[in-house]
This record gives sequence, C-alpha cells and structure tokens, in this order.
Amino acid sequence: MSAQDELPAPSKALAGTGVWLDDRFRGAKGLRTFLKKIYPDHWTFLLGEIALYSFVILLLTGTFLTLFFQPSMTDVVYHGTYTRLNGVRMSEAYASTLNISFDVRGGLLMRQIHHWAANLFMVAIFAHLMRVFFTGAYRKPRDVNWLIGIVMLTLGMLEGLFGYSLPDDLLSGTGLRILEGVLLGIPIVGTYLTFFLFGGQFPGHDIIPRLYIIHVLLIPALLLALISAHLFIMFWQKHTQHPGVRQTEKNVVGQPFYPYFMAKTGAWFFFIFGGLAVLSTVAQVNPIWLYGPYSPVAISAGSQPDFYMGFLEGALRVFPSWTWDVAGHTVAWNVVIPALVPLGVILTGAALWPFIERWATGDNSEHHINDRPRNAPTRTAVGVAAVTFYIILLLEGANDLIAFHLNIDLYLTTEIARWAVFLGPAVAYFVTKRICLGLQRKDRDLLEHGLETGIIRQLPSGAFVELHRPVSEETRAVLLARTTPPPPPALVAADENGVPAPQARGIAGRLRASAYRVLTESIPLPGGNGHGNGHGDGRGGRDGEHGDEHAAIGAAQPPDGGGAVSGPDDDSQPGAAGS
Amino acid sequence: MSDNDQTSPAQPGGEAAGQEEGRPHRVIGTPPPALGRTLLGPGAARGAPRAAIEPADPVKARRAERTVAALFLLAMVAGIGFIAAYIGMPVHSVAKVFHSNLALGASMSVVFLALGAGAVIWVRVLMPNVEIAEDRKPLASSAADRRAFEETFAEGTERSGFLKRPLIRRTLIAATVPLVLAPIVLLRDMGPLPGTTLRHTVWRKGLRLLVFGSNRPIRPEEFDTPGGLITVVPDGYQDNQDELAKAAAIIIKFGPGQLLPPTVMDWTVQNIVCYSKICTHVGCPVALYEQTTHHILCPCHQSTFDAQRGATVLFGPAPRPLPQLPLAVDAEGYLVANGDFNQPVGPSFWERG
Repeated sequence: MSAQDELPAPSKALAGTGVWLDDRFRGAKGLRTFLKKIYPDHWTFLLGEIALYSFVILLLTGTFLTLFFQPSMTDVVYHGTYTRLNGVRMSEAYASTLNISFDVRGGLLMRQIHHWAANLFMVAIFAHLMRVFFTGAYRKPRDVNWLIGIVMLTLGMLEGLFGYSLPDDLLSGTGLRILEGVLLGIPIVGTYLTFFLFGGQFPGHDIIPRLYIIHVLLIPALLLALISAHLFIMFWQKHTQHPGVRQTEKNVVGQPFYPYFMAKTGAWFFFIFGGLAVLSTVAQVNPIWLYGPYSPVAISAGSQPDFYMGFLEGALRVFPSWTWDVAGHTVAWNVVIPALVPLGVILTGAALWPFIERWATGDNSEHHINDRPRNAPTRTAVGVAAVTFYIILLLEGANDLIAFHLNIDLYLTTEIARWAVFLGPAVAYFVTKRICLGLQRKDRDLLEHGLETGIIRQLPSGAFVELHRPVSEETRAVLLARTTPPPPPALVAADENGVPAPQARGIAGRLRASAYRVLTESIPLPGGNGHGNGHGDGRGGRDGEHGDEHAAIGAAQPPDGGGAVSGPDDDSQPGAAGS
Repeated sequence: MSDNDQTSPAQPGGEAAGQEEGRPHRVIGTPPPALGRTLLGPGAARGAPRAAIEPADPVKARRAERTVAALFLLAMVAGIGFIAAYIGMPVHSVAKVFHSNLALGASMSVVFLALGAGAVIWVRVLMPNVEIAEDRKPLASSAADRRAFEETFAEGTERSGFLKRPLIRRTLIAATVPLVLAPIVLLRDMGPLPGTTLRHTVWRKGLRLLVFGSNRPIRPEEFDTPGGLITVVPDGYQDNQDELAKAAAIIIKFGPGQLLPPTVMDWTVQNIVCYSKICTHVGCPVALYEQTTHHILCPCHQSTFDAQRGATVLFGPAPRPLPQLPLAVDAEGYLVANGDFNQPVGPSFWERG
C-alpha cells in the first residue's frame, strides 16, 4: 500500500485529460477500482490469455487478408508469379490466395501468422479448458463462464474449419466434400441442408462466399461478444486462486492491474505475437500452392484437417460401415454417429459436468480457491478419460501417417483404435484415480511425518532413525486446502436406527448416494478427519516412533483444517520425539 | 530476482546438524531429497507475504534500466527494419517472396520479442514487488436488495397488467411465433430442392470417357497394361465441377479371367472395368490402387474396395461397393458409357433407399 502513497502526482497533461474525461463520464472512482483490481499470479492463469491474444492477432491479420482475398468461385485461368500453376483453371478464391502469398508484400507472412494463430487459439482454448476443469475452477459461481467457454470452443472449431476452407485448395476442398457427405447422411433433412448450404449440388458456386461472411463477420462477432462477457464475468467475480498461506475463500491475493498486471499481460501479448511471427518466419503452414486448386476428381494421400478437426476425422475412420435401409430410406449410421456422438459426448459432457457434480455432491457453495487435481480424484479421472478418448480419435485421424512412419499395417491401426477408444478411457480413469489417491496418501504422509531429510541418526539405544522435518507453512497450507462437502442430510444412508432417509430410497436416491460416494472419494486428511478411518493401509505394524509423531502433529492440527497456522516446532520432529 | 533471496529454503542438513551440536549422534548426510522442490500454489516458494520493497541494489537497478531501454531501442530498430524490408524487398517471384518473408518475419519477431522481454524485466526487476490481498465481496445480493428488486418487478408487472390481461399476453405470444419462423423461411431460397439430382449423373449411352487431365478419349487397345488405373470424366463435362463431383470414374485394366463376380461382365470391355470414383462413405475420390491385390483405397478414411470383385468393400467405413459404369465401344473404337450408373453414386442419403 505504501507504494501507492509514494507515487508521484500525475503529470499535468494526464491530469488535464483525466479532468476533461471525468467531467463528462464521472469515471474516477470506477476506473480506480479497475486500476487496483488484483490478479493472482500463476502460469496456469496465462493459458486463457493466450487464446485472447491469439484472437486479437487473428482479427488484425484477418482484416489485412480481407483487403486482398476474393471470396469467389468464379473460374479463372491462372497466369502469375507461381509459374507451376500457369494455365491451370481455378476459382478466384484460390487465385487471390496465391496472389496474397506471392504478390502482396507481407501477404505470406500475414497468412501464415493468421493460420498459426488459429491453431494456437484452439490449442490455448483446450489448455485453458483443461486447467479450469482439472482445478475445479468451473464451480459455482463460475459455471456460467464455463458454459460460455464451451460455446466459444465450438465456435472456434467452426471458425477454423470455415477459415481454412476459404482458399478453395485441394486439401480444404476435400474437407468440404467430407462435410457435404456428413450432412447428406443426416436423416430426413440431410439432402435439404446440403442443397441449401451449397446452393445446389456440391460444390456449386456459393459455398465460399457463404463461408466467407460467416468466417469474417458472423462467428467473429459472436466470439467477440462472448469473449467480452467471459472477461467481464471474470472481472466481476474476481479470479480464482491456487491455495496458499494467505489465500482464503474470501480474498484474492496477487498484484494490482496497474502497473503490474498491465505490464505482464502486455509483455505476454508481445511474446505471443513474437512467437507467432517466429513460427511464421521459419515454419511453413498451409502451403496451398503445393496442394493445387480444388477438384472433386483429385485427391492427395495423407489428407489431414487441422488438428482441432482431427478427432472428428478419426471418428469417421474408426467407425464401422453400419447403415440401415428401411422402408425406402437410408440411415447412414456410419457417418451420423461418428460425426455427432464423439463431439456431443465431449461438449455436452463438459457442459453438464458442473451440474452433475453439484447434484451428486450437493455442494452449492461458492469456490474461489482452486482444487489441486489430486484432491478431486474422480473429477480428474473423468477428465483424463475424456482427454484419452479425444487423443485416441485424434491419433486415428492420422492413422495413415502413423502406419506409414512406424511401418504398421494400416488396418491394424484402425482395429486397435476401435478397441482403444473404449478401453483407453476406462484404463485412464482407473489409473488416474489410483495415482490421485496415491498422491493424496503422499501428501498425508508429508503432513504427518514431514519431509525426509536424508539424515540418519543413531539413538543411544543403538537404533537408527531418519530425521524428518515438518513441511513449510506454505506447503502445509497447500496440502490442507481441500474441500470435501459434507454429505447432504438427505443422503446420509441411515439414521441411528438403521432406517434410510426417505430421500435416499428409490432409484434416484440410491443413484445420487452412489454418485456422491464416487465423486467425493478421497484419502482423509490427518487431524480433522482423524486417524481412525482411512488409515488402515498397513501402517499399524510400524514402530512406536510414528505413533508419537502422529500424536504430535495431530495435536498441532487446527480443528478446522484451515490455512494459516504455524507448523509443529522443532520439538515435534520425529528424532526429538523419539529420543 | 529479489524473491529468491528471501525464500531460498535454509539448508536443512546444516540447520538440523547445528541444533544438535554437542549431543551424541552420528550423522550420515545425503542430499536432502524433498526440500529443493516447491509444491503447487502461488507463492509456494515465496514464504511469507512481502512488503513493498524498492530495488535493493541501485547498481543492479541501473543495469536493468539500461537493459530495458536497450531492448526497447532494439524493438524500434527492428520496426524500422520491417518498414525498410517492406519498401526495399520486392516480391513477384517465389525466391523473392522467400527472402521478403524472412526479412519481414524476422524483424517483426524481434520487435515483439524485444518489447515483451523489456516489459518483463521492467516489471520484475524495477517495479517494487507487492502482493496484495483484496477482499471478495459476497456475490449474492443482500436479502433486502433482493426483496426490493422483487417488489419493483412485481409493481411493474402489476402496472403493466401483463398477468391480469391474458388477451394481450396471449396475442403478444402468438405474434412472436411467425417472427421466429420468418427468418428461417427466408433462408428457403439458399438453394434448390434436391429432387432426384443425387440419383443421376451425366453419363448416358454413347458418352465418351475422357482421360482426366489430358481430356482425350481412349481406345481399349491403348489401355493394355493390366493393373493400370486411369481416372476418366464424361466428355463435355471436364470442367463442370458440379457434374464431376458425381460423375468422376476410374477404369482399371485386368488380365484375362481376372475379373470375378459380382463384377457385371457385360459392362466391361476387353477386361476394362469402370467404377465410380466417388467413395460411398463421404464422397472423397478413391484414388489409391494397389496393383498386386487389386485393392482400391480411399485416402480419406481408408475404405478399401476389391476392384476384381465388383468393388465390394473389404475394409473401412464405406457401406456399399463403388457403383459400376456400363462400358461399350463406339463406332470410332473409343470407350463410351453404355448408360448411367444403375444406382446413386457417393455417400448415403436419406432418400437413397
């Protein structure tokens, strides 16, 4: 605080402008709040910023590209700088993309930054989504922002697909052909949707101009509105924070916006822009002149979409050839299921998860301190299972490259993926859960016994013991930061007479009770929860030293399990206790 | 930088050993395994909250100031370099584009990375380090505010008579229905109705097969390499993308007796068989042909068809064989179609049946 007092008075120029503005808008108070806003500092909080700044860079470079791009499917015969394609028929869209690449100064750089930024945008969204999921930052009151985020993820995928389809090159045109094939497969309305979207038969002459306006106006405007809402809600509710000594559910610890966060986030923007510029200087992306213009007759091997569409491509590859011919109609399960179900499972599952969790745990309280992933083993396991499912389909989307480079039989990769898509997530779920519970046990050990110092002492009796040292206050606060909601009264299985509560009976009641048990499964903390339950993991046979130590640390344990207490002093060290 | 000075954990070994001075003990020291690490959490490595501190070392601070200024200067120079590269380096050839991209991209990278690095050193070294805990206000409104809102809302509803006058309410709701439907109806003219367009291609009796690319008709005798595959398009439609998207086909030459049912032998000419090139999965052109096994592979999703046996599906997501095009030879000896495909080509659709 003293730092602010020492600040020099603002310059006359600033004061003048400030007075001029404040006379008109009365902003001094509100803007001061804005300047003083506290932002917690952690690298995982920068992932969303990457997405934000990629979006800004996409708007800047995209605007430049629109100055030169012709969203037209009119046939032209190319005669230009890229002589290999001289005399080739192509659409104006493709020709103008060649023009941007070879005849507009900086055009290639802007195109490449735009494409790299689109990929980074999606990577950052996925990374940010995983951070928010695995730390439980989506919980009340941030569930609305979570839903906005999922809508933006969906829009981002569409925006990317439509954007890379615009140059009308062979690769992206094949992507549109696949899109057509998928739309055709939709029962009842498929052919109508296709003919309306493409303005008739595929490819027609309308799809590029239509995708263009969706790509440059409709979706960006929606994204801009949603990003504004996302940021405003974040600002209004204040950012979450990771656990620590000073961090509580009632405060936010960090650095003020002005000048710290502003400088840091500005630097981050520059680094992201700089990083994308480096990539676009040295790493070629989407060289459409090598693919050639789109023709429905031609194809090249190893056709892959951009990575964020890859899992859909994998789903199309992995799914067997099931179709129904019923009463003069064809239901193309082989297309409809892989196109809709994996995406639906991931997006709908993600959207519903906060509400499922709240229903199961009955936890309706506000959360501003993030969970460590290990402290919500079931949530973490579900998340890792979903990521595994996604990655298996993504890999299957590149199975021809995997088969080629690793010299595996092509069909074998698909057969493996057909099993792995079910078994992988199941294995991932159980393994993750075990790892989380194991890490929780390790944490409990740290709290109970402290850290191993590596110092072996011989006691007067001749026995050897290793010195342990209590963990630091900060670590202790982090380890103790756990929230296990108490079972809602309705879900307590039975009263003292063994009679189940009325709400726990029936299918819904039993389902909710099991969901509660699964979602709150955890290794109890020492102290608050006592050693009585959950401590029967083969520790009983150890010597008495540990018993003493437990007693010592257990006594120092605050009953509320809260943060800012001093750890056990040196006397409670195991060595001292035992000697 | 100054963070670490305050927080580097005290040497555990030394500390423990020091405290135990003078007591009978033997110490076998190994490097402490767990103390060097920090655990997750902001400030996990920082320890107690710090007060605002000025840069401890004025010499260091001056050096940092110069570094930041040098980086900003570098950004300016690189920015000028970017403009110079734009003005001085022409494009209009692949090699020149390469050099222009290199110069523009490198200077742009330096601009942004130098600005970023300068800002980071500025904030981390030169600005006094503060960590402030701000209180959160409860997000929910107070009960009084909620009640006041409810009262105001109820009062407004009451005054509007929205609940009391069901006639107005219902007619208003009724009026919105066409308002919602109209924009959807308005989209009707985005395209024609599909009709039967998906059931037919332009192939008809007597239409010549042109070799894709060269657009020349082909005689069966010219295609005498068993195991060969040629992409063909209907004569007169070689530049019609909409028709090619359905009509594209492949012809494959076999040795005598190699073609087996269910291939329709009457539709082949001199062991040349013609199949649709449009995959029955989602419409990619099937283009990869393995001569030894006579397998046609779709490079998109790897549906595999047996060219020897009527292009039946061997593997992958395609549900149906590639339709076979009836072939014949015209008066001049060129390969022609002897009619359209006898079924719709390409992906499944609802009305296909």
